Amino acid sequence: MSHAIKEPDQTLTVLGLESSCDDTAAAVVRHAPGAAPEILSSVVADQTALHAAFGGVVPEIAARAHAEKLDICVEQALEQAGLGLADLDAIAVTAGPGLIGGVLSGVMVAKGLAAGSSLPLVGVNHLAGHALTPRLTDGLAFPYLMLLVSGGHCQFLLVKGAGDFTRLGGTIDDAPGEAFDKTARLLGLPQPGGPAVEREAASGDAKRFALPRPLLDRPGCDMSFSGLKTALLRARDGVVAEKGGLTRTDRADLCASFQAAMRDVLVEKSRRALAIYMGGAPAAPAFAVAGGVAANKSLRAALETVSAELGCRFVAPPLKLCTDNAAMIAWAGIERFRAGARDDMTLMARPRWPLDQSSPALLGAGKKGAKA
Amino acid sequence: MSSATLSATIPLPSEQDTAMLAERVGALAGPGDVLLLSGPIGAGKTHFARALIRARLAAHGLVEDIPSPTFTLVQSYEAGPLEIWHADLYRLSHPDEVIELGLIDAFETALCLVEWPDRLGELAPPAALRLDFAALPDGTHRVALSGDAGWAARLAATVKDFPHANP
Repeated sequence: MSHAIKEPDQTLTVLGLESSCDDTAAAVVRHAPGAAPEILSSVVADQTALHAAFGGVVPEIAARAHAEKLDICVEQALEQAGLGLADLDAIAVTAGPGLIGGVLSGVMVAKGLAAGSSLPLVGVNHLAGHALTPRLTDGLAFPYLMLLVSGGHCQFLLVKGAGDFTRLGGTIDDAPGEAFDKTARLLGLPQPGGPAVEREAASGDAKRFALPRPLLDRPGCDMSFSGLKTALLRARDGVVAEKGGLTRTDRADLCASFQAAMRDVLVEKSRRALAIYMGGAPAAPAFAVAGGVAANKSLRAALETVSAELGCRFVAPPLKLCTDNAAMIAWAGIERFRAGARDDMTLMARPRWPLDQSSPALLGAGKKGAKA
Repeated sequence: MSSATLSATIPLPSEQDTAMLAERVGALAGPGDVLLLSGPIGAGKTHFARALIRARLAAHGLVEDIPSPTFTLVQSYEAGPLEIWHADLYRLSHPDEVIELGLIDAFETALCLVEWPDRLGELAPPAALRLDFAALPDGTHRVALSGDAGWAARLAATVKDFPHANP
């Protein structure tokens, strides 16, 4: 018990663990108050590294596999940072939401590390990690508006503090990244669908197919992308029925039309979310867009334009910090630690953990209606 | 009780029809039941699953987000004492990964809705209810139901209440 627990206003060095989705990751972030935070290391174990580490055999038992992957990531993260456990001030870990097996093993490994080194433990919400990333990369001040747009998520968050989030709206069904992937599947393009669809769309005519802009006719910031996918399917089948197949041009036009519909919805809903946010007269207005879909150039440019129109600074953190990583968890851990958050051995894995528990659930369409 | 197996094709002219069928089937399903939802993208699988989950939650006064499981692979819900698993196996490449997800255990204890069930291979429970969805050129959908004699008996009244189509 030689380790002195630091005061919240001192320099903090935190190890973050992330294993709530596909990737397993560990990272070390250091932050001195008043200075920019520093990512000392950020290790993400992908499938290739995993195969190499296990000599080509991936263990089949989930928890054990996750835990072993995490051990390797932690070792590498500490080594790259040139630090030992004794140099850390806390262990931060994703405690949810996500796949239960992954989250559980992350929490287990973090508890083991914390107990073994007498370090404080901080449980972090995976989505809070994403939502606080613009402070790690660009030093944004609270409150800022965040659009989290990825394969599995799509929501507008008003970020007012390290643990204070208000959801202004989100998708009621599919996330945009999923819609891009499914569009690619429907058109015979490779995965991941985002880059493939964007590449095809570059040479396509976005006006050829009139795809719907779901929920634009309804007030508020909620979005829906499932119907867009169905409309694209119909448009594709229409072309196939007429010509017996898709030409390169047809495919490009379908991609361009899809991308334009997606962009129009996200831009208009962003405009509404920005209006709500700016209505609160923030001192340093900023609009941050994070998530894999933010890598789409056409979408990013359009969001940047609407942000500028409303007098907001536009921030898009680098892609490697927008996809799943542990630096964001270490950083969120630092923020939570400074705010006084501490967890102990009772920390629970939470597969479902909404960031904003005060906002109503996003209701899908298809409520039971009168049968004709 | 007849020992005939279940085999019926039901036209689904609108999303409301899909939701209504989902509510009827969902009301008859419980822990240990597995529903295998097959069919191409846009055939109505997720719409059916969402409507079923929403209705079971609503029966307990619960309103929750029901996001697509495509990226998370599994979303789970608690409708009172009933645990519901909604899985999308499209991204899996090997049946072993199904075991990793904990799905095989859930087959015993939860009500499981499984999209892209072909990924299960031989792990597909023989007593599962199979629902094969299709989108038709006129914009409507249909579903082909098949299951064992147990499902035939449980769904007899439901199937009778919906119009039938030739498979």
